[in-house]
Amino acid sequence: MEFLGYLRPNGKVGVRNHVLVLPSVVCSSTTTAQIAAKVEGAVSLPNQTGCAQVGNDVEQTMRTLAGFGRNPNVAAVLVVGLGCESVNAYELAELIKETGKPVEVLVIQEVGGTIKTVEKGIEIVKRFKEYADQVPRKMVGLDELVIGVECGGSDTTSGIASNPAAGVASDLIVEAGGTTFLSETPELIGAEHILAKRAISPEVGEKLIQTVATFEEKLSKEGIDFRGAQPSPGNIAGGLTTIEEKSLGAIYKSGMAPILDVLAYGEEPKEKGHYFMDSPGFDVESNTGMIASGAQILLFTTGRGTPVGSPIAPVIKIIGNPKMASIMADNIDVDASLIVQGLKTVQEVGKDIFNEIVEVANGKLTKAEELGHFEFAINRVGPSF
Amino acid sequence: MKQIANAVIMYPDDNVVTAITDLSKGEIVKYRVSDQWFEVSLIDNISFGHKLAVKEIKAFEPIIKYGENIGLATCDISAGEHVHVHNVDSVRGKGN
Repeated sequence: MEFLGYLRPNGKVGVRNHVLVLPSVVCSSTTTAQIAAKVEGAVSLPNQTGCAQVGNDVEQTMRTLAGFGRNPNVAAVLVVGLGCESVNAYELAELIKETGKPVEVLVIQEVGGTIKTVEKGIEIVKRFKEYADQVPRKMVGLDELVIGVECGGSDTTSGIASNPAAGVASDLIVEAGGTTFLSETPELIGAEHILAKRAISPEVGEKLIQTVATFEEKLSKEGIDFRGAQPSPGNIAGGLTTIEEKSLGAIYKSGMAPILDVLAYGEEPKEKGHYFMDSPGFDVESNTGMIASGAQILLFTTGRGTPVGSPIAPVIKIIGNPKMASIMADNIDVDASLIVQGLKTVQEVGKDIFNEIVEVANGKLTKAEELGHFEFAINRVGPSF
Repeated sequence: MKQIANAVIMYPDDNVVTAITDLSKGEIVKYRVSDQWFEVSLIDNISFGHKLAVKEIKAFEPIIKYGENIGLATCDISAGEHVHVHNVDSVRGKGN
């Protein structure tokens, strides 16, 4: 099977062809939204970070914003900064330029305020749009796909239906030579010993166990009992009792493929195959991290239903709960509740999801895209100063 | 007669099953392990997606689902009883 992708100068292939107007800091987020609103085909994102950050925290924010610019779904990037922030707009632009795609920078304090920046920005973005329209498309193999697998709004049907089916689809992508990501470190608690057995080497297995241990040590050090957030009130209403139960159901979406390595949040993998990314269980932050790592499409499994999308990547929603499948139909792409109803097998729905991935890669819009969902949140790992 | 399951077991040795329809006290829960059918009479009302014990579970014994420990019973639990946050406690993630 193949898909008609957008070829990028560094050889990567996108499934979408966005012109991204990227705010390096919260202070330029409104300006970028105003620029993107004036040019059809341009997108911005609501960056709430980028200033008063230090150390690992500012590095992670920089890596994530750069990852969005570098993602192959993006044809060209206009970075807009304020001028005095922690995430320097010119440094951010340099990281994106490594991909060979067109990148320009506007700094509001240098250009002279909102009105002039928006005017100049529209001019640049219109030019980028003309460039994007000329980007060659080519039929390529599924080995060019990078798919993030996420869950959110889980209930007990997630572990019975939507996660196992997504796992089948993830395995099919890896078998076709592609790349998939599992993420969400807290949602490995109680299940890490099972995943570690699938690691490509004892070292990677140990790294996986250690990633979870580091997270749990942080809870212990600060005396945080994270029940109330994990499982969430909605998870509990849906029948999930403990984090262990949630984790054991969650890891099904990772399929059976060997785990090649543990990636940092927003880190790009070096080879093709299946990876675990260290991220929080907060779905929107986890989605953002996997897209920054290069995912062109996300699979998003749910029990209770969720509208979440992304500014630059299609998000395929897969639901396991029959009642919620009908209530949340507007937001759902694949109905895995047929498994719970005994009407389809996990394998059959897994194949449906795989076929949906191929269609979406070929341009079919997901419900989240049709409805204009642009959820975006960067995971913070330090305080604001 | 064709039997219809109203609960699912994830692994053969699990001591809980998950209801796949809303169930009422006194109803018979039917679930299947391979080709063998099992039944348990319900002591509580059970909502779709919630769990019930299929064996007696003593206080501090593990709740087994997916063939793994998902937490410990905080009191004795009878077969047919609702198993959830009121009678199960996590072992992990509590900051201790």
